[in-house]
Amino acid sequence: MSSQTPRPALGWFISDSLAVTKRHVIKITRIPETLFFALIQPVMFVLLFAFVFGGAINLGDGGDPKAYREFLIPGIFAQTVMFAVASITVGITEDANKGIMDRFKSLPMSPGAVLSGHTFASLVQNLLVIVMLSITGYAVGWRIRGSAVDTLLGFALLALFAYAITWMGAWIGLHMPSPEVAGTAGLAWIFPLTFASSVFTPIATMPSWLQGFAQWNPVSCLALATRDLFGNPIPFPGTSFPEQHAVALSFGYAFLILAIFAPLSVRAFKSRSANSRG
Amino acid sequence: MSTAIEVNGLTKHFGQVKALNGINFEVQQGTVLGLLGPNGSGKTTTVRILATLLTPDAGFAKVGGFDVTKDPAKVRTEIGLTGQYAAVDEYLTGRENLELFGRLFHLSKKDSAKRATELLERFDLADAGDRGIKGYSGGMRRRLDLAASLIGNPSVLFLDEPTTGLDPRSRIGMWDVINELVKDGTTVLLTTQYLEEADQLASKIVVLDHGNVIAQGTSDELKASVGGDRIELIVADGQQLNKAVETISSIGSGQPIIDEISKRVLVPVSGGSKAILETVRRLDEAKIEIEDISLRRPTLDDVFLSLTGHIAEEVVEEQTAARGRKGGKK
Repeated sequence: MSSQTPRPALGWFISDSLAVTKRHVIKITRIPETLFFALIQPVMFVLLFAFVFGGAINLGDGGDPKAYREFLIPGIFAQTVMFAVASITVGITEDANKGIMDRFKSLPMSPGAVLSGHTFASLVQNLLVIVMLSITGYAVGWRIRGSAVDTLLGFALLALFAYAITWMGAWIGLHMPSPEVAGTAGLAWIFPLTFASSVFTPIATMPSWLQGFAQWNPVSCLALATRDLFGNPIPFPGTSFPEQHAVALSFGYAFLILAIFAPLSVRAFKSRSANSRG
Repeated sequence: MSTAIEVNGLTKHFGQVKALNGINFEVQQGTVLGLLGPNGSGKTTTVRILATLLTPDAGFAKVGGFDVTKDPAKVRTEIGLTGQYAAVDEYLTGRENLELFGRLFHLSKKDSAKRATELLERFDLADAGDRGIKGYSGGMRRRLDLAASLIGNPSVLFLDEPTTGLDPRSRIGMWDVINELVKDGTTVLLTTQYLEEADQLASKIVVLDHGNVIAQGTSDELKASVGGDRIELIVADGQQLNKAVETISSIGSGQPIIDEISKRVLVPVSGGSKAILETVRRLDEAKIEIEDISLRRPTLDDVFLSLTGHIAEEVVEEQTAARGRKGGKK
């Protein structure tokens, strides 16, 4: 308290968040395996679908593998962004079960900064994953054909979506009893969501009862928006509302997720660390 | 001297578990208060309320002049907390941990770094400071944890069982550090299960049992109520138990306690070694064979025995009860 300098609350929130971000970024460098497996996962999906399943998926063009790969990569971007949830759940549950939570709570720091700092560090990790995926995509023949502005908008959308999803991950993590459970719970719901979407296959090839869900599915929207912004092929262009407004709807979904899960997480954080300890 | 901690009618229930039933005590600035009691007596709950981690159901508490529920942000600038488990990041080095907490205490970058170096030196961690905590021993972790709670020069320090699980040498080291802090004017509230520890460190002791304050005073006052040393003996033949009590009861300074199942007699005495010699002599004269005899200092069990008539029981820990209520509201 000797040398505290006066600063507005927002200023403290930012500097506290950055201090916590630094903590987690250091952690990523101390356990490089975390980053390695986060990077390797989307690469595996690219290889798997580009060379194993891809040949069996019909885009209506007679099965051109090159066209499928251009269709696939934006889908994998969307899927990878959903996996951002896993970059944070385990760490959040681990912290919540340890004495360090009490330490944070007893410090004169902004209470929200513990979570926002953690989500910033996750964003750093997820940006690296997006870069890695871009390189892999390029290697298998994916090209950006959109304008520079659209391309930037595309990457901005992916980053924003990934960031919003980490808040969802934080919220899940705060409700899990142990890191082991958090690891599974963070991912379990992602698989149906990404497979019942236009990530790997066009929606038009799905049974009609599934199409409505797949069209509104945020993962489909994001995949479609990414294809649109990067100028990649969109086979069977749909006429439904979500398919017509995929970019705007994706931004809308991202902000909605953020607006719901950021405050919910902060609330869960306060009540969790207030009433229990591991 | 002013009041650093004021606790008034503090009450906290976790579902059916009554953790605190309206406790009262005060701690004067620059002194040490020992909160003594078995597991589940409400020690940790008290500390957590005072450190603004829990809100009480009723009553109020002030720390450094600020109300813990109405003005928690101000309280947090005055306090340091060391819990039962090391509250540091395993993957960071000692120095990185201290700098992180320094920044979060809103020290400048430069001051955080300076303070971290100071504390590492003071706690004998200068060499280990740039190594990851994973490789630290239990004693080193505790020292780093204490250093972390001192990062902001707190005027009030909460230590929740600071020496539980430490070897005797580390324990005495911890006592030295605490004494030093108090000499510099820090107010310390520490919880402990050991009467000896409270005796060594605290100028005042509050004894908790099932969420109630059952005694408070200086260590001397408390010991007087317990009755000083006690002789504990086990007779070889249970039939001779009453005869043994008759033979030696006049040596005791208080009522002897008899446990027929373990054939044990406990006699409070004031004469120390003289009393034990006299006891052995009389028992020998009366031809009562004994299996074991010892003279010992009063323990927490003795305090409880004399204050409540029951031995300190381990009840369900309040945290366990709290965790059962998943995601409970404040």
